[in-house]
Amino acid sequence: MSEQEYYIPHGTYWPIIGSIGVSTLFVGFANQMHGAEWGGSVMALGFAILVFMMFGWFGQVVNESTNGIYNKQVDRSFRWGMSWFIFSEVMFFAAFFGALFYARQFSVPWLGGEGNNIFTPDLWNAFSASWHQMAFLAPGTELQSGTVMSFPAIPDTGIVTATPADVVDPWGLPALNTALLLASGVTLTFAHHALRAGHRNQIVGWLVATIALGAAFLGFQIMEYGHAYQDGLKLTSGIYGSTFYMLTGFHGFHVTVGVIMLTVILYRVQKGHFTADNHFGFEGVAWYWHFVDVVWLGLFVFVYWL
Amino acid sequence: MTTATASHDDHHGPEKGLMRWVKTTNHKDIGSLYLWFAFTMLLVGGAFAMGIRAELLQPGMQLMEPQFFNQLTTMHGLIMVFGAIMPAFVGLGNWLIPMMIGAPDMALPRMNNWSFWILPFAGAILLSTFFMEGGAPAFGWTFYAPLSTTFAPDSTDFFIFAVHLLGFSSIMGAINIIATVLNMRAPEMKLMDMPLFVWTWLITSFLLIGAMPVLAGAVTMMLTDRNFGTAFFDATGGGDPVLFQHIFWFFGHPEVYIMILPAFGVVSHIIPTFARKPLFGYSSMVYATASIAFLSYIVWAHHMFLTGMPVAAELYFMYATMLIAVPTGVKVFNWIATMWRGSMTFETPMLWAVSFVFLFTIGGFSGLMLGIVPADIQYHDTYFVVAHFHYVLVTGALWAIIAATFYWLPKWTGRMYNETLGKVHFWWAVISVNVLFFPQHFLGLAGMPRRIPDYSLQFADFNLISSLGGFAFGASFILLTYIVIDCVRNGKPCGSRPWESAKGLEWTLEPKAQYHSFNTPPSRALIEAESQNS
Repeated sequence: MSEQEYYIPHGTYWPIIGSIGVSTLFVGFANQMHGAEWGGSVMALGFAILVFMMFGWFGQVVNESTNGIYNKQVDRSFRWGMSWFIFSEVMFFAAFFGALFYARQFSVPWLGGEGNNIFTPDLWNAFSASWHQMAFLAPGTELQSGTVMSFPAIPDTGIVTATPADVVDPWGLPALNTALLLASGVTLTFAHHALRAGHRNQIVGWLVATIALGAAFLGFQIMEYGHAYQDGLKLTSGIYGSTFYMLTGFHGFHVTVGVIMLTVILYRVQKGHFTADNHFGFEGVAWYWHFVDVVWLGLFVFVYWL
Repeated sequence: MTTATASHDDHHGPEKGLMRWVKTTNHKDIGSLYLWFAFTMLLVGGAFAMGIRAELLQPGMQLMEPQFFNQLTTMHGLIMVFGAIMPAFVGLGNWLIPMMIGAPDMALPRMNNWSFWILPFAGAILLSTFFMEGGAPAFGWTFYAPLSTTFAPDSTDFFIFAVHLLGFSSIMGAINIIATVLNMRAPEMKLMDMPLFVWTWLITSFLLIGAMPVLAGAVTMMLTDRNFGTAFFDATGGGDPVLFQHIFWFFGHPEVYIMILPAFGVVSHIIPTFARKPLFGYSSMVYATASIAFLSYIVWAHHMFLTGMPVAAELYFMYATMLIAVPTGVKVFNWIATMWRGSMTFETPMLWAVSFVFLFTIGGFSGLMLGIVPADIQYHDTYFVVAHFHYVLVTGALWAIIAATFYWLPKWTGRMYNETLGKVHFWWAVISVNVLFFPQHFLGLAGMPRRIPDYSLQFADFNLISSLGGFAFGASFILLTYIVIDCVRNGKPCGSRPWESAKGLEWTLEPKAQYHSFNTPPSRALIEAESQNS
């Protein structure tokens, strides 16, 4: 297609299929949470519709791209789209980082009586605030003393307490995972260089390495969750457990999606979809991978280390 | 081959039948879908408002249970914000932006289809909560924790997912508009040639992409707090309900500018046309819009002066809020300077635009009053707040949407609406809306709380007046519906530039703009001749 003409696609059914899929998924999820037996099946159905939609929609775009229907302008539109999508993801994580900072800087110290000191001392006078100390009980659990709180420092309750240093040592698995993810960013860049130089075998090699590093990261993350869970750190362990699992959990979900995307890209490389100067699909995935990499650095510093 | 070029489509035009609307990738089709969806939701949300005003017509409990009253106020707010105002502006953006920047269509037409077709599903899920056990959410449109976590009905989880869907839709819409403006603009059109509606929508898109994901984060935390035992908003686990308010308003304050910046753009088109003068201070309008957008991110806690924030934070948020009055004042000044010594006529769109300037400014000033910490301690959660945000959202945002509808309807349909009926409708609406909302200022100053179905006797007179104004205002939309349908069906065919001194590339298209706006980009000479910045 020539550079002077504009590209406008024909009508499409994929969006409405996507809407049906995502609504089915959500309605199933909500019913599942409310104890409906069929909730899970409806969720699975919605998820299957979504997967079908993604295969179909992305497949159509890939076909159109490899048939040379797109021009440079379409390529630029995809680039703007992907970059601002990633920015929206950054803002989603920012909400959870914001919750983490707020809890550490404000709400937990305030509960310990810091600041204007009007709320807590009489209410929970035995509680001394410390970010790293959380009782491993669901919030709202009725304690022997009759107070509804889940902090450790109530004497004579026998509540197990632990600090994250006991559970998650930043210089163990998290540091290893940091190295893995950083290395995967490097191998992916090597793959990109190989793609631009047109060396198919090298691209495949570096991509496989990237996928392996990503998968290893996920494996270690699951292992670490296992440790933390056995030591009693749960999603229900107060605000520390909430922020820890939601932040690392959403990040792990994004890494999983990234690994799937990289695998698709590997397949497309082998099918010969990309040329040295036309490979937005590859670059979009690479941007996404670097984004999950950067989020991890934030997690390592603020969730594990400090 | 499953694709066509723009030049191609001219030959066969839109598809036939109902599936055209489901499959469409055309910006005009999608714009129309958005606008009709928004109008439907406006009527639904308006019906809820009629219920609210009927209950408040007299003191004492009249028609409904307090719980149902609260469901109505909650759903009225949610439907109006997420179902009516926001989709209406996205619809206007869809229709107008490609025409205004000399493009054939939006940059990502298939995604454009999806961002619309999520909305009916989200709306259906949201409205279905009325029929669930425990009823619809009743915690107000701001869904503060713990009302929305510990004490909310099961239907709240459906509400959460509806908000997620609405967020997907908004984010995709915003991404599309950014890609369209930055990539599909006619090559000869510089950024400072762009019409103000395009500028304001571009800046609004950045607000959407920055704010909507934070709302998604907030409702996700609600979801896990409700169902999976996290403690984000639960003090017994070290969290804080006030954290919810911080996250919500970090979204919520940019959100109010998301709903008003495109309105500023609309008014900046209409006033120069009917004053027959170029827009005064084009570049200051652009910079003022950008300043407002930036400031909107750093003032959120002025909604939270009564949460026991440290005094230093209250002072900071008060002063930062006052600062927004400066760029907003620049805009109001520019509109007035544009009208100054113009050869003004008052066709229907101009009536709406001029009353926008006047009434929105009232809402802006009451906003300044609310932004003052010591004063807000008195005004907070009273009907004064209700009056304030209805002046900015009804006589601001909605006014601009109606103004835009009358102004561009000839371009959309190739036909002229009935001017006499348009004027009758305007005066009907503008009088009744002030009867509806102006007394609420007095009610609030006298201490009547919002979101309460009953009130003490001294508030009876003003509530009666307000309710009567509300019914009259609600009825005015029957006439609006008639005027629009009458225009589409029977309107007199008009020329391609029905307003003699209107500027903009859209007026160079056929009287009823062709299916794909520009198949070849407009020339530099044409762009300069149609620029607002000259």
